[in-house]
Amino acid sequence: MEFDAAIIGCGVSGANIARRLSAYSIKTAILEKAADVSFGTSKANSGIIHGGFHHNKKYLKARLEIQGSLMFDQLRRELNFPFRRCGIIVAALHEEEMKAVEHLYMQGVENEVIGIELCSRQRILELEPKLSADTVGGLYAPGGGIIEPYRFVFALVESALKNGVELFTNFKVEKTSRNGDYWVIRAEDGREIKARYAINSAGLFADEVSKTFGAEEFTISARKGEYFLLDRLTKACPSKVVFPVPTSVSKGMLVIPTVEGTALVGPTADAVEDKNDFSTTTKRLEQILVSGKTMIPSLSQNDVITAFAGLRPCLGEDFYIEASKKAPAFVQVAGIQSPGLTASPAIGEYVKNILLDMGLQLTEKPGWDPYIEDRPLARGLNLNELDSLIAKDSAWGNIVCRCENVSEAEIVQAVKLGHTTLDGIKYFTRAQMGRCQGGFCTYKIIKIIMRETGLSWNEVTKHGGKSRILEASLDEIGMAQ
Amino acid sequence: MRELQYDAVVIGAGAAGMAAALELDASGFTCAIIEREDHLGGILMQCIHNGFGLHEFSEELTGPEFAERFIERVTKSKIAVYLNTTVTQFAPAHSSPSASGSLKELYCVSPQGAMRIQSRAVLLAMGCRERNRGNVRIPGSRPAGIFTAGLAQRLVNIEGYIPGKEVVVIGSGDIGLIMARRMSWVGCKVKAVVEIMPYPAGLTRNIVQCLRDFDIPLYLSSQTTGVFGNDRVEGIEVTPMENGVLAPEKSFRIDCDTVLLSVGLIPENELSRAAGVELNSVTNGPSVDSSLMTNMEGVFACGNVLHVHDIVDWVCEESRRAGRYAAQWLRGERPSLQIRARAGSNVRYVNPARIAPERENRIYMRSMVVKNDAVLELRLDNRVLRSIKERHVQPSEMISFKIGPKDFEGLEFNSDSILEFCIS
Repeated sequence: MEFDAAIIGCGVSGANIARRLSAYSIKTAILEKAADVSFGTSKANSGIIHGGFHHNKKYLKARLEIQGSLMFDQLRRELNFPFRRCGIIVAALHEEEMKAVEHLYMQGVENEVIGIELCSRQRILELEPKLSADTVGGLYAPGGGIIEPYRFVFALVESALKNGVELFTNFKVEKTSRNGDYWVIRAEDGREIKARYAINSAGLFADEVSKTFGAEEFTISARKGEYFLLDRLTKACPSKVVFPVPTSVSKGMLVIPTVEGTALVGPTADAVEDKNDFSTTTKRLEQILVSGKTMIPSLSQNDVITAFAGLRPCLGEDFYIEASKKAPAFVQVAGIQSPGLTASPAIGEYVKNILLDMGLQLTEKPGWDPYIEDRPLARGLNLNELDSLIAKDSAWGNIVCRCENVSEAEIVQAVKLGHTTLDGIKYFTRAQMGRCQGGFCTYKIIKIIMRETGLSWNEVTKHGGKSRILEASLDEIGMAQ
Repeated sequence: MRELQYDAVVIGAGAAGMAAALELDASGFTCAIIEREDHLGGILMQCIHNGFGLHEFSEELTGPEFAERFIERVTKSKIAVYLNTTVTQFAPAHSSPSASGSLKELYCVSPQGAMRIQSRAVLLAMGCRERNRGNVRIPGSRPAGIFTAGLAQRLVNIEGYIPGKEVVVIGSGDIGLIMARRMSWVGCKVKAVVEIMPYPAGLTRNIVQCLRDFDIPLYLSSQTTGVFGNDRVEGIEVTPMENGVLAPEKSFRIDCDTVLLSVGLIPENELSRAAGVELNSVTNGPSVDSSLMTNMEGVFACGNVLHVHDIVDWVCEESRRAGRYAAQWLRGERPSLQIRARAGSNVRYVNPARIAPERENRIYMRSMVVKNDAVLELRLDNRVLRSIKERHVQPSEMISFKIGPKDFEGLEFNSDSILEFCIS
C-alpha cells in the first residue's frame, strides 16, 4: 500500500493533520498503535480551549494556541463535537497573587485576547459566585472554552476518513527503511505500508518513533496529571473554568465544568519514569481535593465518580514542529503538551505548510466535504423527538446507560464507526462514564459489541491489547446450569 | 406518543415495587409498574443463592424463587406492567391540582415508543446501585478486571461468563461475600477479602458460609492502596490501618487478575432528586414521614431506594406498608399528628423521620457501634418512653421494632415533640 503521507500517532495533533490533509488530492494514512484513536494523551487531559494569556508570543506554542482557539467555532459547525466557550477565570486568593494575575492580563492584552478583563473581588464573584469568599480578584477571558477532547478527535478522524484518509489501528511502528523516494514502515505485527512523507505525531513515544526513522535524538519525558471526575449533581460545578494562579511548573489545579455537565478537578504535575504509568495516587488525590476546595468550598468528596491520570509528553519549553534536519521527508510534531489541544487545529495547518515547503504537491480535492453527520443523542432530545426516532428504530427506546441516558442506537453507531472496545464506546457515547461507572451497563455493552462485530466473548477488551474482560465461559467449561 | 393515566405509578419492579403495587391493586386503585429491565424481579433474579424468605415465607428460597412468588401475583393482578421502560423524568404536572394533591407526570421511554403518564401517587422503588472504585477513591492503575460484585454476579449467574481466575474482593458487603463463594465454586481462587473497617460489613451468616467454609482470608482494618497492571489487573497493594491511620511500612501485595468491589450500596435517587424530593444525607434516601411519604405530596418511597436493607424480607414488609399508605393517601386519609424522629447517640439513622403516635409505626434503624448487651432507649422530649435490650448490635445488622399508641399512653406531646433513639 502506497501513500503520499503517513501520520504516526492519532491523538489530537495527528487527527488535525490528517483532517487538514484530507482536503487535498493525496493519499494519507494514519498509523495508530492503540486499538482506537485518542487513546493516549488526548483522552485524559483538562479538555480546555485556553484563553491565550498563559504563554508569551515568542513561543510557537503561544502563537499556535491563539490561532488554534479561533478555529474552533468553524470546526464545531462542521464536526458537531461538544464545545462551548464558557469563559476562563483565574482566581487570586491573596493580594500577592494579584501581581501574577496582572502579569497574565498584560500578556493576554499583548496576545490580543478578545474581551480579557482584570477583575475586582466583586466582579469575579459576580462572574463565578461559587468561588471562595477569600477570592481577592482575578482575570476573566470570555473566549476560553471547554471541549470533550476524545470526541473532538473522533470527529476529526471521521471527517478525514470520509474524505479518503485510511486509518490503521493496532499498528505499532517497529521498523522503517528507505526504498527510493518512499519510507517503508513496518508494524510490530508485520503489516507494511509505504509513504513518501512521514509525520511523527506519536505523543509520548515521539522520541522512539524519531529513532526508528533515524531522525533527531531527543527524549520525551512523561509528566503525570491526576484528576477527579465529579457527578453532574455536584454543587461545586462552576459555570466557567476556574484556574488558580499558575506556578513555575504548571498552570495549577483547576475546577472545570465539562461540556456534558459533570466537573473535573485537577491536574497534578509529577514527572514519571514509565510512559505507561497512568496510576492515581492517594497523596495526589488528597491534594486535588484540598486545592479544589480552596477555590470552590462547596466541592465535596462525596461527589467523586472516578479518578484518572493522563501523561503530558514533555520536551523542552516549546512545541517541536519542523521538518527533520536528519531524516528525509520526515516531520517532527513532538512535545505537544498544554496548550496542545487548543493549538491542534493550527498545528494541522502548520504541518500542512511544512509539507508544502518540503515539496509535497497539494491540490485541493474536488468534492471535499468538511461536514460529518450530525447525530442525535437520546439525552439531547425531548420526548416527542425521541418518540419519532423510536418509530424508525426501536433501539432508540432502549436506554442502556441509565446514568448518562445513552440508548442502544448510540452504542450501535459507535461500534459501526469502529469503536469496538469498552473504553472506545465509553468515550464516544458516555455509556459507563456516569455515576455507576458501568456497574449496570457493562454486560449489555459487551453483548452489543459481540452482536454487532461478531467478536467472541474472549475478544472483547477494555482498551485493546491484553485488556480482555472475560476469562472463561461456563458453557465451554461445562459448568452452565 | 402514548398518554396514560393511573391512580398510582410504581417505579421499579424489584421486590419493593411489586410488593407496593400489589397493595395498591388490592385497595382497588389503578396502578402501573414501570421497569427498565426486561423482567420483573429486579436484582433478585441474579441472586441464585438461597437464604431469602425466612421472614416472609418461613422457608429458605433462592432469589428467583422468592421473586417468582411476587411475579405470579403481579401477573394475575390488574397491575399494568411496562417492561424495558425507563422513566427519564418525573415532575408535578402543569395542569390544575386535583382534589387530593396535584397530578404527577412521568416521562417514559421504551423500544415501543415514548409515553407520558399522569398519576396521582408515585411510589419510588428504584433500589440502589453499587458504590464503585471512584466513590471509595482506590488509587492505582485502571486496567480491565475490576468489577463491582453485582456486575460479576450478573456475568456469572445470568450471562454465563467467568470474569477472572485469581480474585481479591475489596469490601466485605454481602454481595462481595456471596460472590467470593460463587467464584470459588466456578473454579476461581479467591485470595482474600479486604475490609477497611475493623468489623465486616456483611451479615455474620455470610462470613461463616462464604468465607470460613472456603478458607478465604478476611483482612480487617486494611485499606487497598494500589492497583497494579496496565492491560489487565496484576495485583493490589493492601496497607493495614493502625490507630486509625495507614501503616505504609506494613503494606503488602496480593497478586490477582480480578478485583471485585463490594464497598457499599447507594440508593438510586437521581430521578427523585431531580423531581425535587429531599434526601437524607445519611441514608441517601428520601426523608419520609410516618406514611413513607417524601416531602413531595403523594410521592412515596420504599425498599432500597429509601435506605439500604439487609434482607429482602424487610424490603417487602416496608413496601407493602408504602402501598397501603399510598392507598390511604389516595382515599384522602392523613395522620392527624406526626412527631419528629431523630437519631441520638450511637445511632446512625432512624427511618421514618416522622412517627404518628395514633397508629402502629415500624421503625428501622442502624447502630453506629458494635456492642454486646446494648440498651436501646426511646426518649420523647428527653423523657424515656421505652427501653429495649438488644443482645448484640452492629452497623451491618438493621434493628427493627414497632411503636404504637400504647407507648404514648398518658404522655403529653405536640407537633414540636421529638422522639430520639439512642444506644448505650
